[in-house]
Order: sequence, then C-alpha cells, then structure tokens
Amino acid sequence: MTAYHRPRSLDEALAIRAETGALPLAGGTDIHPLRTARAAWGEPWTMPVLDLSAVPGLDGIEEDATGWRIGARTSWTAIAEAALPPLFDGLRAAAREVGGRQVQNRGTIAGNLVTASPAGDGIPNLLALEAEVELASRDATRRLPVAEFVTGYRATALAPEEIVTALHVPRLDHARGRFEKLGARRYLVISIAMAAAVIAMEGDRVAEARIAIGACSPVARRLPALEAALVGQHPSEMASVPQPAHLTPLAPIDDIRATAAYRTDAALVLLRDLLAGFTA
Amino acid sequence: MIALTVNGTRHDVAADPFAPLSDTLREGLGLTGTKEGCNAGDCGACTVLMDGAQVCACLVSTAQAEGAEITTIEAADPLLDRLRAAFLARGAAQCGICTPGMLMAALDLLRRDVAPDRAAVEDALGGVLCRCTGYLQIADAVLDAARGTVIAAPADGRVGAAIPRLDGAPKVAGTELYGADDAPEDALWLRVVRSPHAHARFTLGDLDGARHRLGLFAILSARDVPGLNGFGIMPNLKDQPVFADGYVRYRGEAVLGLLGDRDVVAAVRDADLPITWEILPALHGVEAALTPDAPQLHDHAPGNILVRGHLRTGDAEPAFANAAARAGGTFRTAFVEHAYIEPEAGHAIPGEGGAMTILACTQAPVMDREETARVLGVAEEAVRIVPTACGGGFGGKLDVSVQPLLAVAARVANRPVRMTYTRTESMAASTKRHPAILYARMAADPKGRFTAFMLDGDFNTGAYASWGLTVANRVPVHASGPYRVPNVLNRTRAVYTNDTPAGAFRGFGVPQAAIATEALVDDLAIALGIDRWEIRRRNALGKGDVTPSGQVLHASAGLPDCLDALKPEWEAALARVAAHNTKHARHRLGAGIACMWYGCGNTALSNPSTMRISLARDGTLTLFNGAVDIGQGSTTVIGQIAADALGLPLSSLRQVLGDTALTPDAGKTSASRQTFVSGRAAAEAAKALRARILALANAGDGATLALDGTLLTVRDSHTTRVIDLAALDADLVAEARYDPPTVPLDADSQGVPYATYGFAAQLALVRVDTALGTVKVEEIVVAQDVGRAVNPLLVAGQIHGGVAQGLGLALMEEFIPGRTENLHDYLIPTAGDMPAIRIHLIEDPEPEGPFGAKGVGEPALVPTAPAILSAIRHATGVRMTEVPLLPHRLLGRLGGGEPPPAPLPSLSVGD
Repeated sequence: MTAYHRPRSLDEALAIRAETGALPLAGGTDIHPLRTARAAWGEPWTMPVLDLSAVPGLDGIEEDATGWRIGARTSWTAIAEAALPPLFDGLRAAAREVGGRQVQNRGTIAGNLVTASPAGDGIPNLLALEAEVELASRDATRRLPVAEFVTGYRATALAPEEIVTALHVPRLDHARGRFEKLGARRYLVISIAMAAAVIAMEGDRVAEARIAIGACSPVARRLPALEAALVGQHPSEMASVPQPAHLTPLAPIDDIRATAAYRTDAALVLLRDLLAGFTA
Repeated sequence: MIALTVNGTRHDVAADPFAPLSDTLREGLGLTGTKEGCNAGDCGACTVLMDGAQVCACLVSTAQAEGAEITTIEAADPLLDRLRAAFLARGAAQCGICTPGMLMAALDLLRRDVAPDRAAVEDALGGVLCRCTGYLQIADAVLDAARGTVIAAPADGRVGAAIPRLDGAPKVAGTELYGADDAPEDALWLRVVRSPHAHARFTLGDLDGARHRLGLFAILSARDVPGLNGFGIMPNLKDQPVFADGYVRYRGEAVLGLLGDRDVVAAVRDADLPITWEILPALHGVEAALTPDAPQLHDHAPGNILVRGHLRTGDAEPAFANAAARAGGTFRTAFVEHAYIEPEAGHAIPGEGGAMTILACTQAPVMDREETARVLGVAEEAVRIVPTACGGGFGGKLDVSVQPLLAVAARVANRPVRMTYTRTESMAASTKRHPAILYARMAADPKGRFTAFMLDGDFNTGAYASWGLTVANRVPVHASGPYRVPNVLNRTRAVYTNDTPAGAFRGFGVPQAAIATEALVDDLAIALGIDRWEIRRRNALGKGDVTPSGQVLHASAGLPDCLDALKPEWEAALARVAAHNTKHARHRLGAGIACMWYGCGNTALSNPSTMRISLARDGTLTLFNGAVDIGQGSTTVIGQIAADALGLPLSSLRQVLGDTALTPDAGKTSASRQTFVSGRAAAEAAKALRARILALANAGDGATLALDGTLLTVRDSHTTRVIDLAALDADLVAEARYDPPTVPLDADSQGVPYATYGFAAQLALVRVDTALGTVKVEEIVVAQDVGRAVNPLLVAGQIHGGVAQGLGLALMEEFIPGRTENLHDYLIPTAGDMPAIRIHLIEDPEPEGPFGAKGVGEPALVPTAPAILSAIRHATGVRMTEVPLLPHRLLGRLGGGEPPPAPLPSLSVGD
C-alpha cells in the first residue's frame, strides 16, 4: 500500500514533505487520473502521497491593502463564487471552464499551477494577474512570480521540500480581466488554445495591458509587444491591435487536438475576440 | 479504519486511504449504485455529493471523505425521488449506467437553484457523459422535476403507448446490477496483462517462479486454455486468441492473466513479469497493410485481405461515362470508439463436470455461450450465460470480451473469478468502428435522375476479423443510398492491420458509406442546379422500386414521406440561412440534408428469434424473452407487443430475461433486429397463446381477456367464460420462432438481403465560426420511417442518441491506438453539444413486422454526419471529405475556398 500522509497542520505537512518527498495532493483531480493512466498499462502507483486536505489555513481568499491572498487549496467553484472585483473576471471565467462542475468543486488553483500543464486554464490568468506563488518549507517561506515558478512543460520551481501555500494577486485599480477558451466540445475539454487578459484603464484609455496565451507553448506566455501596443488605445480600438508578429513568444505544436499552424491562427482570433469583449 | 458518513449513516470501513472513494463505496460498503466509468474524472458516472456539492468519487481519496457528508444514489430524499420520477417519465435513463451520476448532478443543481433554465441544467450536467440518450430527455426531466411538472404515464401499455421503460425503476434507484456490481465474496480477481506493442513476438520466462514471487494464485497464458485458443464472429475463423501465443498483432492484445487477491494483482508491475519482447514493424492503416511487401499478418489472408464484398447491377462504367453530371471523391473516416460508459465486466462461477456460468454485460448471450464453450472445450450446454444489466453496447459488446478470459481463469482456479476492464483497457482492447477509405463516383441524367454509382471501399478491420465480413458485405448493398440507381458497382475489402480490431458499431459500415454517397448527391445537385432536397426526392426509393440487389420493395418504404415531411422545414431553413448570411460574414449558418436506408437484421443470413410465453396455473403470465436490453428498450417494446397481441394488460406480464438456461434464443441485440425479429416472434407466441385460450373458452377472435388471480375471464359478444387456471392439467405455454425471409445473395449481391429496411432523412442546421473553424449544430430535424412506433418515447430516445453519435462521428471522435485511450483525449458529445431535435415519425407499416414495426436504432445515426457535412458546405463552400471535422481541419480548408478536386483514384483497388 502506498504511504499516504494526511497531516492536520502545516508544520506537520512540511516535515513530512521534507522527510519523505511525498507528492502533495489537494483536490486529487490530476493525481488520481495519473494513477489510473499508469495502472492501465501495469505500472502501479508507488510514490508516497501528502494529502493537504486536512491542513488548516490553506483555503479561502483574503484581501488587504496590497491585494489578495488566495489559499492554495481554494477550489475553482470557490473562486467563481467569491466576491471579487472585475480584475478577476478572467480567472473566474476560467473557473467555470475547468473540467465539469465536479472537477471545479474539487480542483484547486494551486494544483492547476503545480501540474503545470501547457493547457492549464488557470495559468494564463495568473500570468495576467501578475500573481505570485507563496512557497513554504520547514526553513523558509518565499514568493516567486508565476512566470518564474512554471519553468517548462509540466515543470516548476517547486523545491522537493516545499509546498505551495497561497497565491498573491496585487491590486490593480480600474482593471478588468477576461478569458477565452477554445475546445472541440462544450464541456470537459482540454483547451486547444486560450487567451487571458487584464486591462487597466485611465480615463477612456488603456493604462496597462497584460495578455497571456495558453496551450500554444510549453508554458503559457505573456505577449509583451501586444501589451505595449495596447497602451493608450481606446477600448473600442483594442480588437484591431493584435497582429501575427505579436505572437512570436509562442511555440505551438501539432497534437491530436490541433496543428501548430491552427493554434497560431486561433490564438490571433481569440485575442481579438478577447479584446473585443471588453466593450461588449 | 476510516469513518465515512454516507446518506446519514456512519460506517467504519477498512480502506486504503488513497483508494478512490468510488471504490470504497462499491467494494467496501457494497453501495454499487455509484458507477465507475473511467476512474479519471472524465465521465462523471461516479458523481456523488460531498457536503452537498457534486464531485467525482473517483477523484476523492477515501481519507478525504472522512468527516464529510456523502450522498449517493441510494439516498432517501424527496427531491431525488422527484428527479427519479421525472427521469422515468421522460425516458432519461436508457442503459442507465450514467443515470446515478446524472441524478446526483441534478440533485446538486436543484438544491442550489430551484428554478434553473436549460443553460443552467446543461452546466450542471456537463460533467457527466451519456452515450445513449443524447441528453435532451435528461435535461427535460431535470426541468420537469424543478417545475413540478412530471408527466403522467399513459394508462395502458398497448402498442403505440409512450410508456416509461419497464426496467427503469432499478436504474433510477441505483439498484440495477451491471457487470461490475456483483460477484461472490470468494471470487479471485483477474487482471490481464496486455501487449504495449502493436506487433511483436514474445517469449515467456519462468511463470511459476514469478507467480510464487509475486504472491499470485496463478499466471495464465495460452497454455492454460483448455479448448481452442481462439474466438471470433465468423463461424469458420476463430482468429483472435484468448491469450496470445508468442505473437501479438495489436496494442492491447491479451498476453497473460494475473489471478489472485485484488490488491496483489493490482500491485504487479507488468515490467517485472518474465516477458521478452521482440518488437516488429507495425502495419498501421490499410495503405500500409496493402503494400506489396507488407508482412502477412494471418496465414489465411494473402495480401492481408480478410474478405471482399461485391455488388453489381447494370453496367456502371459506361453509364457513368455517358452521364450529364458526374461526381467523385475520396473520403476518409476514423476509428470510432463505442464509449459505452460501462467498461466490460463480469464474473464466472465454475460448476461440476465442466459446467461454467458467466454473468457479464453482453449483447449476444447465445454467441457468448458458443465462444466460451469452444474455448473451454466443453459442450455448449455446459456453459450458461446470464447477462447482467448492460451499460451501453452499440455493437461493442457483441464480441466476447471478459467471457473467455473469466472462463479459463475459473476453470484453472476452480473457484469464482471476477474482472472489470479499466477504461483504457476497454478502449485499447475492444473493437471499434472500421476506419474507411472510400473512393466513390456517382452520375445523373440532365433531370437529376441517378444513373450510376461506383464505390471502392477499404475498411481497416484491425488485427482480427471480428465483424469485418459483415461490414464488407453490408456496405455494397447500401452504398448507393436509398435511391433508385440502375447501374451500380460496389467493391469493398476488409483489410487486416496492426491496429485495434474493428467490429460492429451501430450501422456496420453504412454510416461511413453514407458520408461519401450523400456528398456526391450534393455534388450532382450543385452541378445540375437542382435543390438538394429536390434531387433526393426525385430519386428516393419508394414502394414498388427495385434496389441495387434486385429486391422489389413491396411495402414499408417511407422515404418519400420522410422527405415530404421535411420539405417545409427545409424551405424555412434555407430562407433563414440566406437571411442570416447576407448580414454576417464570420458566423455563417448552413443547412444540410441527408437520407439513409438500413436493412434490419443479418445480411441474407438466417437470424431467427424464438420467444416463449406462458400462463401458469398460479395465474402468472410470463414472457421468456432472450433479447438483451442494452438500453435501447427491447424489454419494454417486446413486452408491449406480447401483451397487446395476447390481449391482456402489460401490467400483468412478467418477464424472464436473457439467460441461456431459461430463455429461448432471441439472437443478438444488433442490426436493429430486436423490435422487428424478436418482436414478431413475441407477437406470434402471444397470438398462439391467445388462440389456445380462445379455443379453451370456445370464444371468437374478438374476445376480450381479463386476468384476476387464477381466474381468466374470456368475453365475446355473446358469452362470458371464466377459466380457472388452477384447475388446468398444465400451464398454457406457447412458443414461436420468426426468421425474417431473405434470399441468399449471388456473386453480384443479387437477392433479398433483408426482409425490411428502415428509411430516414435528416436536416441539419449549423453555425460555423469561419475564423476558428468551429461548428455548432443548432438543429437536427428527423423524419424516420419506423413502420410503427411501438413506443414513441423510446423511439425518440433512440433517435436522439443516434443523432448524438452521428454528431460525434462528424465533428470530434477519433480513436488513435496508443494515443486517445481515455475519455479526455477521446471526445464524445457532452450535454452542451446537442442541437435541438424535432422528429417526424413516419409509420409506413411493415407487413412482416409486429404491428407493422421495424428497426429504429441504427437508422437514427446514419444520416446525421452527412447532413452536418452538407450543412457545413452550405455555410462555407467547403466540401469536407474527412471526419472528424476538428476545427483545425475545417479552418485549414476555409482559407482558399473550394479546394481542387482530389484526383479520381484508380478503381482497380477492389479487384
């Protein structure tokens, strides 16, 4: 039987993590399927598991003067239903597109990030929110921007003794988020491509734009050139700004869901739809 | 011990804390109402409420449920009862395997939102997959329950009454027992080790040593098969081994069986087993298998060709050459997975003297018995097959799966053995819809009358024959479509490859062929400037017409009526599309239309059903019904037919269902034959019983019957006679056999391949996002000639489900061996992907059928994909020749408008 730890405190959890390297599990919506996929071809699960579901203080959203702290174990449903400002509209839209409602009720924001799938629906939104990851170990707590935390295809900067404890989203006034997801069916679908934006206004002009594309590169990517081009625009002009050259940070691949060429085309369309939606 | 609170009751259960809650509920607490369809959160069958919120129990570690309130389908709850009643009344449960999950998802919704709209219902149910219903009746049921408007069932169950299914109550209660839901306590578990390679030789090392080291009861291999190590549908070709003997032909082929305690077999790493592989180059796809230097995969199949089909009438080449309008093209379809939500499962119980009883989900118990007996090397009578409830089949449970494996294991162990396929195992090992490459040509005269049709079709039958013969023979008969075509030349081949075996899947190749044919019909309409509805109407087969097999359609050929029923909606759709598209450049509408015909039952082969009905001396009226209800509703429909033919109310009829020891052979549940063939046998048996009763009472034909306890009252216009059944010397029993009349086909497929055909036409309205290449099917309008709708509620359910599968075939479903072996990479439609569906039932009675009825299930699927493709072409101008039409495939063609026509291939491929 696999070692399965379910500590009742963060200290205990961090000690187990440090001593055993056990794999952190929260909602289980990635780990249980992974176990199933391996078992199907005769590879039983052997890795010890660190179940964080009984550790107090890991869920819920708190607001202070600098911004919001979203507990690592906060579920998609909790995010969708939280009283959050329009800055979070993109993240909340993504919260309603992850899996089906069953997965939204169990899957957590930190789990989506740590799994680091190129198609993780939360990640482009966290990039656009310029969120930081709070990482705890027995010895220290540190913060990393999401863009530095996700280092590659299903790879992160999480150290073997660390646990993600929260995400921090800085305040951004007069800002709104949006999210567009493209899949081959309505529900329960892995994204072919997705686009997230946070747009901050000053008067009737764009003061700051943060745009990220997911599922079109090993890690979701911000589009700095597009962001720069959007600053100073009137919202009604935004949809005409994205151009193919803005997509150079992307590196899409061919897979069963789409071709690389299609992803490039679709990313541009999604961006234009995403930006047009700010005035809808 | 882990303390769980389930439906208000606390249980202390010894469970692995990491075990999925679904497993602990089922195996630890015996609450098998919670179903497991994928163990990966992809299907939602295991949906339960955890502290009031719907979750996939397969994604919750058992330890995480400690302290939570878990609510399952077994719960007593008034709101859940209202949902159960609404599901029954709407026909929202067909096979019933997704029903517990659907009900729990709906309960979660109605507790949050007392007045949801349809969009909220779809959002709530979007995480539960259903393969039978097409979701519409489910959404209707949830809305009914919310509004308190549950419809009342018709008062009696005569033929024509839209009554709820007779076997529905246990499905909505969660008490129905499927293949994985029951087994003896002392059963050993069997896990099959399958080849990870598509083509390989292997040698086995010291199995006894491995068995000892791993703590297994036994490791089974080819040497343990007591009889013939082979099975297969074709009577003389048992080409698929139960356990491979040193050589595998596809990824997923059974190599070893691990037998032992459940935890022990699960803990074995396949890599630790003494198997040495020699990987061989694999033949993927028919083109690879047909190259001259391709290795020959089976000794009996030179050139890897399993079988050829052929139909010839008239002289097609000159007719084509001289036609006013010609069309041609090459069309490709993918492997399609049945995706029944219940993976294959069952258990075997050995008996004395070679006896073996197998309880498993199946579509064909009598064929299972033949196959299993042969594998065991015993007489058929020694084997008893007891079908469990079947959580969807669609053709995929016609072949044996677990049955021979369980039988061999139980024979070796001499004790009960159970097994349940994993989702990936089910997808990797079981049969699929044949991928097809179709080279087709069609021609018409200046008035749009079809003059010639030619098809050369190659069907990838995968590593083993399965139903490849059936597909190769059925397609030539149907390929020219439900039209008058005087000159036809159709040639097919079923080709062995190293891909997953392809077998039976709703339509047996006809859906693939219809994609090609209907596109060519559109081509000819466009070339001649004739409306697409009009050209179909001009050519539609009707009463008195002759098919390409030379069969005269004497009756029940209602395609002209189907098309006429669609005419007003077709015109309205065209007007709506035109008005919309003048104003919208990006999101374009399109209307499409397609027709189909489908022969009910085996192709020119005997396929009898026998039914027995008894009125016992204790007053019980029993139908011994061997037809397996896999969700399509045969138990209800055949019951309605029998009761009506006898003249007693359906409520007085009980049924003993498919069990090879108790029921006569009603054949297999396939080819849309159960209503037609078994229904007719049931009608004849009931009529024979009625005749016995009338003779006893000396009453006339018009007499009415009434049964009260053992007293049977027979009334006609002048007398009333009461028969006390208890006073009779014997029970009243009648049995009837019906075999639909066919005439064997000659070398050119001339004859009478089927006793009757279903006909249908469908109209599709789609919305295409031309910037993204995405397609939303907004409406499907169905006109289908069913002969007689024995139960219109169930007919509608069959049609909705067929449309859903046709939509999946057209837009999203693509099984790629080794790649889309789960339900998140292999996509089937969800509750949010369904169009609105309107149905015109055409009832052109079939004289051979019971009360005029004929088959329904497969015809509903066949026209959907071609109608959608026709609509996409209307919207965009793009003529797609490959399915599924994933967004990137459509967008790739949208850039340059109408692509250059594919070069017409040589038609020599069928020689």
